[in-house]
Amino acid sequence: MKALTKKNLLILGAILLTFTVVQGLISVGIINKFYEITIAMICINIILAVSLNLVTGFTGQFSLGHAGFMSIGAYFGAVINLQMESTGGFLLGIFAGALAATLVGILIGIPTLRLKGDYLAIATLGMAEIIRVVFLNLDITNGAAGLSGIPRYTNWLWLCFFTVATVLLINNFIKSSYGRACISIREDEIAAESMGINTTKYKVMAFAIGAFFAGIAGALHSSYFYFIRPDIFGFLKSIDILIIVVLGGMGSITGSILAAILLAVLTTYLQAFTAVRMIIYALLLVVIMIFRPQGIMGTKEISDLFKSKKKDERIG
Amino acid sequence: MPLLSVDKLTKSFGGLTAVSNVTMNIEKGELVGIIGPNGAGKTTLFNLFTGVYTPTSGSIKLDSDGEVKELGGLKPYNVTKAGLARTFQNIRLFKDLTVLDNVRIAMHQNIQYKLPSAFFRFNKFYNEEESLREEAIKLLDIFHLSHKKNELAKNLPYGEQRHLEIARALATKPAILLLDEPAAGMNPNETANLTETIEWIRQEFKLTILLIEHDMSLVMKICERIYVLDYGMMIASGKPAEIRANKKVIEAYLGEDVSNA
Ligand SMILES: Nc1ncnc2c1ncn2[C@@H]1O[C@H](COP(=O)(O)OP(=O)(O)OP(=O)(O)O)[C@@H](O)[C@H]1O
Ligand SMILES: [Mg+2]
Repeated sequence: MKALTKKNLLILGAILLTFTVVQGLISVGIINKFYEITIAMICINIILAVSLNLVTGFTGQFSLGHAGFMSIGAYFGAVINLQMESTGGFLLGIFAGALAATLVGILIGIPTLRLKGDYLAIATLGMAEIIRVVFLNLDITNGAAGLSGIPRYTNWLWLCFFTVATVLLINNFIKSSYGRACISIREDEIAAESMGINTTKYKVMAFAIGAFFAGIAGALHSSYFYFIRPDIFGFLKSIDILIIVVLGGMGSITGSILAAILLAVLTTYLQAFTAVRMIIYALLLVVIMIFRPQGIMGTKEISDLFKSKKKDERIG
Repeated sequence: MPLLSVDKLTKSFGGLTAVSNVTMNIEKGELVGIIGPNGAGKTTLFNLFTGVYTPTSGSIKLDSDGEVKELGGLKPYNVTKAGLARTFQNIRLFKDLTVLDNVRIAMHQNIQYKLPSAFFRFNKFYNEEESLREEAIKLLDIFHLSHKKNELAKNLPYGEQRHLEIARALATKPAILLLDEPAAGMNPNETANLTETIEWIRQEFKLTILLIEHDMSLVMKICERIYVLDYGMMIASGKPAEIRANKKVIEAYLGEDVSNA
């Protein structure tokens, strides 16, 4: 197993430690229900932001419809979990939701990803709206009232598991030849095509993978917050996710993680100041974008900051 | 049958016929030059060969091991798969990526490991990435670029960027290499170096090379045959000595000194 490098073992250790410490703090009640919500928000937002970053930051396809894929996961998860109230049902709901989102991603990606820039943004926005309207009008989703009483199976264990899995898998993808193909599209589409990259195929691939993980995030969301309505997954939710990606840095996974944590913590602390909350939040974004338009991390990862410049980067 | 047979190829942009009724045959292993004044349609010809443009009429046939393939109208990545690789007149490197990544991206079309290996890093992934890397560095070595493999492409000096573009094109493992003004912007010294490199890679990779160039010293020195385009039309073809003496060519260049080059 070549994957068992010192670095990977170190990462694994850090993950296990984080999991155990947080689990411990939850058990003894130091992390109370209120902070638990923040943690859930952070994990779900990391999954959403990292998966959108693959599409927008790495492949260069500006999408304003990520919440649409999230809602597919959320409704599939909820409907299945309401029928099958068990961990099995919960997991089945997650995977069914993720697969359904992937399928929709492929179907919608093939026609829309031929568009560029603003046009693509508007097309993806429209797609998410259509998904929302479908859920608004179906019986099984209970229309505008939404679904409630969804059993809660999302806990720290599953949040941690799916967040880590998402980050690892997307990171592995990006650092593979397939990921480099996606990045080449962002860099120069004509050059990429001329170097043998089927750009449409890899755009759709990135879009589908992004949709898959957004679906997982949606299912985790519905099983944590008991109830869902179509308008939770509207345009504003897509913008929220995009803000995390832009703030963290388009093309930086660790940037998305940092930004997801930063914004969740900020939202939690600003809860006490309801009136000025949105103003402070918006001002902060404006200030960061003025002084650091490339986002917190730019296209760099945290590990790059510790790398001596001379040292050769290992395989990947 | 020639390796590449171009028959009555035409490309119009609205009222402008950029390439008009061009017929040419390239034999395997040849090094052929394409010259002509500015706006003659040389780059357009390459864009037609490589699928960037769809021909208005005519055909481009590639003989790959006895199997004849029509290239006209194929997507660029399918043309590349069929065995044509190119460089661009206005360098189109992946500027914000490393020198190594520029080459590795061009190797993607031949990658063997599948998506699951990429996601889960099975041993296949590590093995192939390792050999990919070694192969890329070998290619960079030819152009004396391997020590700069981790630099961003945009930070290379101009001449090295041109070299990197050739290395990247070679990474697709082409049968035919199309070079669009590879010596543009180079000083005589760099051009001489480039000339040597082109001849060397031609031998080493058993390439057929098509070369657009304004630098007559380079063209006359290494090309076995030359085609001359003017206003989209083929006005002459032949050995360098014949082209030098051709009246039409001299006229097309309007006093530009072809004969003494
Ligand atoms: N996409 C396009 N749309 C319209 N006209 C075009 C297009 N591409 C090329 N042309 C025109 O076709 C003609 C041939 O251009 P081309 O770039 O092939 O010339 P060239 O021989 O490569 O010239 P140069 O030596 O300056 O590179 C020019 O008049 C150019 O303006
Ligand atoms: Mg040209």
